[in-house]
Amino acid sequence: MSKLPERRDESLGGYIVHGVPFPVDTSPEALAFLKKMSPIEIEQEYRITYLLSYGQDSAWFAGLANRKLLGSREPASGYTYANPRGHDMTSGSETEWVDITHRQARVHAFTVCYFGSEEFLPETPFVLALIEIEAVNTLLLTRLMGVDPLHPALDWIGMPVKPRFLRNSKLKPTDIYFTPA
Amino acid sequence: MRPVYALSGGVSKFVKARKDKTFQAIVKEAYDYAIQDIGLDFPAFSQVVDGSVASYFSDHFTRQLMAGIMVQDYLGLVPKPGHRVEGGGATGGICFQEAWKSVASGHMDVCVAYGFETMSHVETWKGNEFIALASDVSFDYPVGGFYSGYYAMMVTRHMKEFGTTVEQMAAVSVKNHRNAYHNPYAQKRQRYSLQDVRDSPMVAWPLTRLDICVMSDGAAAVILASEDGLQRLEQAGAHIRRPLVQVTGIGRGTDAMRMADRPHIGYDDFMRLYATEQERASTETQAYYRRLWDHGTRYPGVHSFRAGRTAGNMAYRMAGVSDPLKQLDFIELHDAYTSSEIQTYEDLGLCRYGEGGPFAASGKAFMPGIDYGLELPETPECPVNPSGGLIACGHPVGATGLMQGVFAVWQLQGSIAQHFGDSTLQVRDAHRGAIHSHAGTGTYVTVSVLERLG
Repeated sequence: MSKLPERRDESLGGYIVHGVPFPVDTSPEALAFLKKMSPIEIEQEYRITYLLSYGQDSAWFAGLANRKLLGSREPASGYTYANPRGHDMTSGSETEWVDITHRQARVHAFTVCYFGSEEFLPETPFVLALIEIEAVNTLLLTRLMGVDPLHPALDWIGMPVKPRFLRNSKLKPTDIYFTPA
Repeated sequence: MRPVYALSGGVSKFVKARKDKTFQAIVKEAYDYAIQDIGLDFPAFSQVVDGSVASYFSDHFTRQLMAGIMVQDYLGLVPKPGHRVEGGGATGGICFQEAWKSVASGHMDVCVAYGFETMSHVETWKGNEFIALASDVSFDYPVGGFYSGYYAMMVTRHMKEFGTTVEQMAAVSVKNHRNAYHNPYAQKRQRYSLQDVRDSPMVAWPLTRLDICVMSDGAAAVILASEDGLQRLEQAGAHIRRPLVQVTGIGRGTDAMRMADRPHIGYDDFMRLYATEQERASTETQAYYRRLWDHGTRYPGVHSFRAGRTAGNMAYRMAGVSDPLKQLDFIELHDAYTSSEIQTYEDLGLCRYGEGGPFAASGKAFMPGIDYGLELPETPECPVNPSGGLIACGHPVGATGLMQGVFAVWQLQGSIAQHFGDSTLQVRDAHRGAIHSHAGTGTYVTVSVLERLG
């Protein structure tokens, strides 16, 4: 068994305190003493549910929910984005949807996250990867499954991979993930 | 545009948590220091200063909208003009340049750029979540939003493509922590070995905790002025140091918000659009890049920052810098990660793309006269992050780019010993330096060149 860490995890929360220490009078000496007070800290909550529209990108999420990965293609040049983009960055033209679900794919870059933002801490360790897709000009950020997060290796770069889809869509980009092909 | 001089600056010591003061009062520490350094008192400076630019990154950290005006108010600057700028990690660098523009354009004669961040208001992993909201919340954040993860992906590609090693990255950490040992403003003043860096907890493979900067509370302020502003300040009793420090070049670049959307362009477009003057002039370098492209390298991909290269080229052109390694005496750059310092060596033309790893371990970016406990094959040429950078000083986001400005002014004034109480980090005969501020996955980058006149 490995040793316990040196420090315990910190967290907010605790007792609610009523009655704050303060001088019993406001004499000049007592007021001067207030300059030596340690600061008072309070907890403030900040919680909001947003109603976010995916707007012109909505079809991309609808595609994932139906096991299709769509790309955005500039009609004239054929330049194709793995993430949706309503208008091409070079021509400014409106893009068209193209199905890229079954194209060859491989790992372009990756990492294993042993820590993460608070929302994702419970999922650590997890693997983030950027995926190259055949005849697509940009990459796709995704989760890579089916590899050992305790033994990452640069050799994972270039590994052929294939997409998988959640059966129960959450309408998030994590509805798609990749595994070794 | 008219000449703009950086006269003085102040920095609050960066620490993990400043519970003793609110953000307004922390900014005032830096502001007061900058004023006192030119020999004025608060009321006298208030009479002369024309306005301000405020820098802070996140409304989430303060849980307060319009925090900028609260600082302006606390500093007694109302009703003078002021505005807040925001551009992620580059907020401080953008603020410095916006203050420069206010003066260069003739809109103001004396402008103060101030910035802060109070990141201790939330726990570390919540703080990481806030920072990750500076990635596309529809496509990037939900996949596992974590900036250390994003940068770790970049460096695995850099390692695969160019052979960069974790030991080369660790050399950056050793350098910056060791430099900060002599900087009383730094949050982490430590002597580490390469092994210490590699043995620290793995955060996002291959980046360990000591490859990554920390969150901080802190503030910084810089006073900029025109010739007319100098005269007004001196008439009010200021003692302005001579020779003056002039901001001789500014540059800024941008890139796609989603790192995955960055292009992968061919050799000809790279040489035409992004190569430095020096690279274009060298047939040997052209052949070197041709070989890289023949082996599959494309630009910028995720291993390089074209925003950084764009900003650097722009600032160098304005300042007349064609060989940055030789013509810059130091650089304070945005080393949020050891790997991004290596990437930035390449963007700023200190070495060619692909050579950042060997450059990091060469010794060229180290300070002379400091024992790093490393065997460095080359002598120092252009110290990078002599202050300790973000990795050791800390990274209170809105203050960081301005902190670099303050340290650069002190280097060029030759006043490091006075401000640090230790002359070890004074770059000898510093004549010209650069500061580099960087946001997101390379989405906004600023480079400013400062020069001592005479």
